[in-house]
Amino acid sequence: MERIIRTALELGFGYAPVALALFLSFRVLDIADLATDGCFVLGAAVSVRMAAAGHPVLGMLLAIPAGMLVGIVSAELQTRLGIPSILAGIIVNTALYSVNLMVMGWRSNVNLIKEDSVFTLFKKVFHSPWSDLVMLAVFPLFIALFLRAFMSTRLGLSVRATGDNPVMVRASSIDTSAMIRTGLLMSSAMTALSGAAIGQYQKTVDINSGTGVVVIALACLIIGETVLGRRSVGKGIAGAVIGSIIYRFIYAFVFYTQLVPVQCLKLLTSAIVAAAIAIPHLREERASAAVTDVEEEEDA
Amino acid sequence: MLEVRKISKTFLPGTVNEKKALDRVSFSAHDGEFITVIGSNGAGKSTLFGAIAGSFPVDSGKIMLDGDDITRMPEYNRSRFFGRLFQDPMAGTAPGLTIEENLSLVLLQGRKGASAFSRIGRGDREMFREKLAELGMGLEDRLKQPVGLLSGGQRQALTLLLATLYPPKLLMLDEHTAALDPESASRIMKLTESIVRDSGITCIMITHNMQQAVDTGDRTFIMSGGRIIADISGEERRNMGVAELTELFRRSAGGDYANDRMLLAEEL
Repeated sequence: MERIIRTALELGFGYAPVALALFLSFRVLDIADLATDGCFVLGAAVSVRMAAAGHPVLGMLLAIPAGMLVGIVSAELQTRLGIPSILAGIIVNTALYSVNLMVMGWRSNVNLIKEDSVFTLFKKVFHSPWSDLVMLAVFPLFIALFLRAFMSTRLGLSVRATGDNPVMVRASSIDTSAMIRTGLLMSSAMTALSGAAIGQYQKTVDINSGTGVVVIALACLIIGETVLGRRSVGKGIAGAVIGSIIYRFIYAFVFYTQLVPVQCLKLLTSAIVAAAIAIPHLREERASAAVTDVEEEEDA
Repeated sequence: MLEVRKISKTFLPGTVNEKKALDRVSFSAHDGEFITVIGSNGAGKSTLFGAIAGSFPVDSGKIMLDGDDITRMPEYNRSRFFGRLFQDPMAGTAPGLTIEENLSLVLLQGRKGASAFSRIGRGDREMFREKLAELGMGLEDRLKQPVGLLSGGQRQALTLLLATLYPPKLLMLDEHTAALDPESASRIMKLTESIVRDSGITCIMITHNMQQAVDTGDRTFIMSGGRIIADISGEERRNMGVAELTELFRRSAGGDYANDRMLLAEEL
């Protein structure tokens, strides 16, 4: 039981930076960044390949600029070349499939067998079954604290306002394209870092290991918002991390009880995300329909 | 000083929807001058603001600000010289950000020596509270609330504060009270006049309200067909009432007048 809880926590924290990335790109900037899946694998590929070559720490560090590069390419496609954001994400994601294979040395997976990872290195100085969890929790907690502080800086406020009211932002002498670039650069770096950590933690990277990461992260975000509410930035950030952990507990629960076949979990996750996004919309529509009804009655 | 020299703009040239929105418009506004602009729908009033603010490139002509040619400067670069308010009270603020965050964004953006990672200090928050109190809308106690929760009048008042936090070289008001209820509208109008007067900002205001056009400011333009067809100031303007201005407008705008909502404004 302890092992189940520990694993759920480890995966929850491990994937939490992707939920934080989605908070920034989807909630703050209002861009559905579909390059997330490929970006996650890129981070894992860079990190595991470097670890396999004997440089686990360097692998983690290099995943960050690799992710930033993805963010810059996505942003440039959207802002400078006028490609709609969803399509830009799909294009980058598709391109990343080849890039990721290349990073992995034209193989579809890379494994760490005897080579050290940052986790095995850490275990040597911190002898505990909880050492992996401590290591995995460091990244999202650091990112969350950084994001919280960033959001009230000049740059952070500009990025937020860009997703909120771009007309007002341009009228305040701020280049909205630069703000989209900044936001996607940061979110992609977080996604890649998450991939890097998960890759070394699981001692493996597979070309398909990113499938569904973006939808799962959205589900985490929505779970977090349901628990904490959407009122403030602080709650949104904390919600992303907490949502990610809750999701992994749900996953563990389903896995061990077989309540739903585990193979169906992605179907279930997608349904949850679709429903969570649709419900507020439907509620609004019903409300406006009710208003029309009243007006019609008055007319009659 | 703002100098507009023979600017022209045609939208959708070469199509059936071709529209000559500005036709060799020229004027200059002296520092501290308050100009009101009237004209029928489609006369080119808002297009003139768009051209000055750089929302789109003009086809020909020159726009000079304090002797510098800003005709080709990108919008986000030149917007630091301008404050602009629209009819839509939702346009000028970020609804998801709090009142404090909206003010911080504008304050930090204009602050000399502020880096990308600068944040506001305690003194700034105190200053926000004072400025908001001057609006007389009770916003000073709601700094932490999202702007999306405010009423149209409150949002427009906040927009006015944001636009003049650093006195701009030119304030452009595009029927900024037209979408508000009469009480809020007159309150925003009073605020506008006092802020503009106190900080000596040059201001151009588009209005559909004849009374507002003659009562406010010190110069009035009548626009029609993309041109300024009358420029009234000084003695002539002081002796002018709503009736005279309406008559002048009727004569100069010709046929445009009959089906215009200006008729409504006249009856108010």
